[in-house]
Amino acid sequence: MTPALVEVRGLRKEYRRGTEVVPVLDGLDLDIASGDYLALMGPSGSGKSTLLNLLGGLDQPTAGSIRVAGVAIEGLSSNELASWRARHVGFIFQMYNLLPVLTARQNVELPLLLTRASQAERQRRAEAALSLVGLADRANHKPGELSGGQEQRVGIARAIVTDPDLLLCDEPTGDLDRKSGDQILDLFDALNREAGKTIIMVTHDPRAAARARRILYLDKGALVREER
Amino acid sequence: MQAISVICMNLKSVPGRLAATLVAVIGIAGVVMVLVATLAMSQGFKAALNVAGAADVAVIVRGGSSGELASTLLSAEAKVIEDAPGIARDASGPLVSPEAYVLVDLPMRGSGTAANVPFRGVGPRAMALRSHFKLVSGRLFRPGLDEVIVGRGAASQFRGIQVGQPVRFGAKQWDVVGVFEDQGSVTESEVWTDVHVLQASYRRGSSLQSVRAQLLAPQATERLMQALMTDPRVNVTVATEKAFYSEQSRALVTLVTTLGSAIAFIMGIGAVFGAVNTMYAAVAARTREIATLRALGFGGGAVLASVLVEAALIGIAGGVLGGLLAYVGFDGYRASTLNFQTFSQLTFAFRVTPAVLGTGIVYAVALGLVGGLWPGYRAAHMSVTAGLRSL
Repeated sequence: MTPALVEVRGLRKEYRRGTEVVPVLDGLDLDIASGDYLALMGPSGSGKSTLLNLLGGLDQPTAGSIRVAGVAIEGLSSNELASWRARHVGFIFQMYNLLPVLTARQNVELPLLLTRASQAERQRRAEAALSLVGLADRANHKPGELSGGQEQRVGIARAIVTDPDLLLCDEPTGDLDRKSGDQILDLFDALNREAGKTIIMVTHDPRAAARARRILYLDKGALVREER
Repeated sequence: MQAISVICMNLKSVPGRLAATLVAVIGIAGVVMVLVATLAMSQGFKAALNVAGAADVAVIVRGGSSGELASTLLSAEAKVIEDAPGIARDASGPLVSPEAYVLVDLPMRGSGTAANVPFRGVGPRAMALRSHFKLVSGRLFRPGLDEVIVGRGAASQFRGIQVGQPVRFGAKQWDVVGVFEDQGSVTESEVWTDVHVLQASYRRGSSLQSVRAQLLAPQATERLMQALMTDPRVNVTVATEKAFYSEQSRALVTLVTTLGSAIAFIMGIGAVFGAVNTMYAAVAARTREIATLRALGFGGGAVLASVLVEAALIGIAGGVLGGLLAYVGFDGYRASTLNFQTFSQLTFAFRVTPAVLGTGIVYAVALGLVGGLWPGYRAAHMSVTAGLRSL
């Protein structure tokens, strides 16, 4: 059996709204193997984005543990988490979240600024990542000069440029037309099958979810169903 | 490395929020302009008094007098002073100037209101005792005649004292025959005539208000002081010109500097709010960018640094602009004010010196940094997940 890259045990997350405590995740257990491709589905407010944020170290759980590649991230400080994210996680956002003042290559280079890579090395790796997503010829374009699909591909290049263990995608095709969405999903297929990347994707789109190896359904903070 | 990268990204985004940035720059520029102008005024006072105040010229007034106006020296006392040790002499005798001093009313150029102008009667050696004295137009007054020369500062600030025109003060009409300068010193606020003419015109007999004496060296002050203080024939106070003028203007310089600093401080509070507002707007405009950078692994310190650097640059821009406006608007500008220690008008020129400009810019940077601190802290500590959801 493939060892679990991600181990979640008894994960609870609550938010406070004034004096009211709002539970979002309620004692969730989950194992994700290295090289898995997982889709998280469920109605709005079911806790899927919260789970994704917790797995990516963007938020801290109220209780429970999260181990990623053997590291218990729930005990890390804010700065330790930032450093951990830079080395182990690639984020892909629904709205791409590219920096508008930077070119595509500069956007892709951003995570490499947190490594010891030289400028030449950063440039080489950024261009390789852009080539991988088919945008080598758009390296010097700014986000405003790219289509939505192209922007998302730059976002993917940025996510993979540091060769992270985990790719976390929050509605990556939610803002794209069908054709562009399919291109993005094709890229995920390739990254998973050919590069062995572990992908966790939150989506409302059943067509996108169908590309994953596993689909987990959440409702009211609990895992209610799994499809393979 | 990451801090430099985030700072550069932040600065690249400034053109997108230029209007808010300019408002903060202009706000800080206004404060700096007021501060620099105030300091320039204070510098002008100090310069006027420093130039006039030589370390090797003694001013001798009646013992216990706070200034010339309250002093009376008899001619016999002046004779004793002339013979005292430590005073320089040449072929014509001791280098001293017995001086009489009154205040006369002259209308100010701007408002027309009467102001107290120092009217000094001087001895023939008076010009030699002021090393920067220079006649810039006309000629010197002739001894024994009702003629006056006026300082450049007085000529520019008061009406009716132009060369070639008669002017009336006291019981007499005087002919203005020349204008002198003294490197911008307080002396330029005065009107001069022959000491004997002034004594006669104001029925002062042979009494004087002060005696100025050229010392052999600055160190001779102590000797002169010792000699005169222990001489039973005279009751005088001896001080170097430098110390005398410094004492004469201390309260005014302190008042102007304190008031100016207080005004600049109060305006600075307003400017800090402006800077806070601008930096909050800057952070708000970049919330998702900042959250994205944090998600990618950039630390809060880099975000804080980027906000502070932008705030400091806004401060520098405001400081340079304010300093420049103050320089263009005020440097060399001549004004006068009442020195309430001497009850007379003091004319001076604003001096926007490099030190004054430097102070203004340092203050501006401090305003920017104070304004950027809290927004920067908030940006560095904001929730990444909430930031990513922002539009």
